[in-house]
Amino acid sequence: MRILKLFENAPFRLYLGLFLVALFVLVGAILPWFAPADPLVWYTTPRNQDPSWTYPLGTTSLGQDVFWLLTWALRNSLILGLLVAFFSTLIGVFLGLAAGYAGGWLDRVLSFLMDALLCIPSLPILILMAALFGGQLALPIVGVALVLFNWPYPARQVRAVALTMREREFVNVAWFSGESSVRILVRHIFPYIAGWSAANFINTVLVGISTESALAVIGLSSAQQATLGTMIYWAINYQALLAERYVWVGAPVLAIVLMFIGLFLVSSGLSMRSAARRMSV
Amino acid sequence: MRLLRYIAGRLVVYALVVVFGLTVLFFVPRLGPTDPIEAMLAKVASQGAYMDASQVDALRQSLADTFGLSGSLLEQYWAFIKRILLTGDFGPSLSMYPTPVMELIMNALPWTFGLLLTSTLIAWVLGNFVGLLSGWKPESSSSRVMEGVAICLYPIPYYILALVLSILFSYIWQIFPLTTTIRGAPWSWNLVTSILWNSFLPGASIVIVVFGWWVISVKAQTTALKEEEFVRYARLKGLGDGRILARYVLPNAILPQITFLALQIGLMFNGSLITEILFDYPGLGLLIYTAVLQGDFNLLMGTISLSVIAVATATMVIDLIYPLIDPRIRHR
Repeated sequence: MRILKLFENAPFRLYLGLFLVALFVLVGAILPWFAPADPLVWYTTPRNQDPSWTYPLGTTSLGQDVFWLLTWALRNSLILGLLVAFFSTLIGVFLGLAAGYAGGWLDRVLSFLMDALLCIPSLPILILMAALFGGQLALPIVGVALVLFNWPYPARQVRAVALTMREREFVNVAWFSGESSVRILVRHIFPYIAGWSAANFINTVLVGISTESALAVIGLSSAQQATLGTMIYWAINYQALLAERYVWVGAPVLAIVLMFIGLFLVSSGLSMRSAARRMSV
Repeated sequence: MRLLRYIAGRLVVYALVVVFGLTVLFFVPRLGPTDPIEAMLAKVASQGAYMDASQVDALRQSLADTFGLSGSLLEQYWAFIKRILLTGDFGPSLSMYPTPVMELIMNALPWTFGLLLTSTLIAWVLGNFVGLLSGWKPESSSSRVMEGVAICLYPIPYYILALVLSILFSYIWQIFPLTTTIRGAPWSWNLVTSILWNSFLPGASIVIVVFGWWVISVKAQTTALKEEEFVRYARLKGLGDGRILARYVLPNAILPQITFLALQIGLMFNGSLITEILFDYPGLGLLIYTAVLQGDFNLLMGTISLSVIAVATATMVIDLIYPLIDPRIRHR
């Protein structure tokens, strides 16, 4: 009951989410260095082992250690998600500010681009690219494509904030007291969008990892690197389900579910907090 | 008059968006390091089909037409757009020759739309109901449990949930079919039950996730609206809780969801594609997957173009419905 009560207010939600995300980030950042053997290489362990002390999550039918494979997959998925989110947010905030602040034809062109990209589904385009470029897409290409599809979300929001900001008194005061536009942007407008952008950043990490995994689950992402999605694909493809080796396929599934719940808690906690703060200003 | 102008403006944007989307599709095959036609020919050759030189040339020519690769870039572009928008012609399917691609797509579309629409609608009704009730009494324990459940469900991608459901209910506890096989004569009761039975798990994976979102969003809206003056007035007037919720709170709580829906349709579509593939559900997603596996590039180009057009259309329809529901926009 106490736990449910704490669930109600934003900070706890934020902390729980941060805890989950930190756990996955630590596992993904540190553990892969300690892997006893490259988990992608076949037959480094006995095949089809059940979970035990030596093999915490068992081994695959190809003789790979599921636990170490999972740490590598986590690392690659996280790197992809973080890079996609970083560049999407950077481009989105920059272009959103430019559109909202400059107005005129620049605003019209950028707004159209945002609206158009928002209603183009990204996955079919990625599938088309994968099919045309030889059946599989290298992770960097997936990343670039995801950035192209994800910058409009922050850009739209930032543009809306920038539009209202142009009319605010304190921005006018700053303007008339001779501050440069760059300084106004950084000192007066950016604090308003920082909280929301952080929430959106986390959300983009989630969308990035999710879309790459979707592509990977049907076997169209890179086969040279382990990601959470390719791990699921391999498990299904090598008949883990028919062989009733549920840990093999369950480990990446559970990792995705828990990590996404953590990311969502952080992102919604952050946006709740910034909403509360904006009202108090 | 203003409404007309709004509709006209929205239609112009829609047309531009569709052309923009097709432009992206036009350039994708040209960005690649490999020539798609040679890759396609290699794929055909690797499947063991023997062709002599003249047949290869004929195939190359027909593929060049498909991708619109003959003539200058501007001519190619114009021919590509014209062919899709004016004639809706994607040529014959290469793997199911000579069925036209359009016919295959038209057979698949009702499945995708049926699945997405039905499950979104079910999730919408359930989510609104639960969200309203738990937002009305946010302190009660059942409301907290509901929100906790919703928070744990919403972030899960559809395809992951689809996978989990199929592991649980098709592999471990074998009550639902593993892959979709529709049986029964046309328009018979058997057919209807067969469709419902086979659509249950793919539908459930979408319902559960969308339900999670709606509970979260409606609950937040309801909790905020409860403090509004007009709701307090209704309560002081002596109206019952049910009437206040249905007539005063619900219409206002729904509005933000509609804009959200317009923004999310692309992502929902992405998710349903993979769900269809996992369950062998005969919709657009499975058709795209078949096209990829078979190297059927006519079918691939056709299905992907249509996905883009379909999502853009759905977004536009929601945008057009919006002023009908929100009186504030209608009268502005």
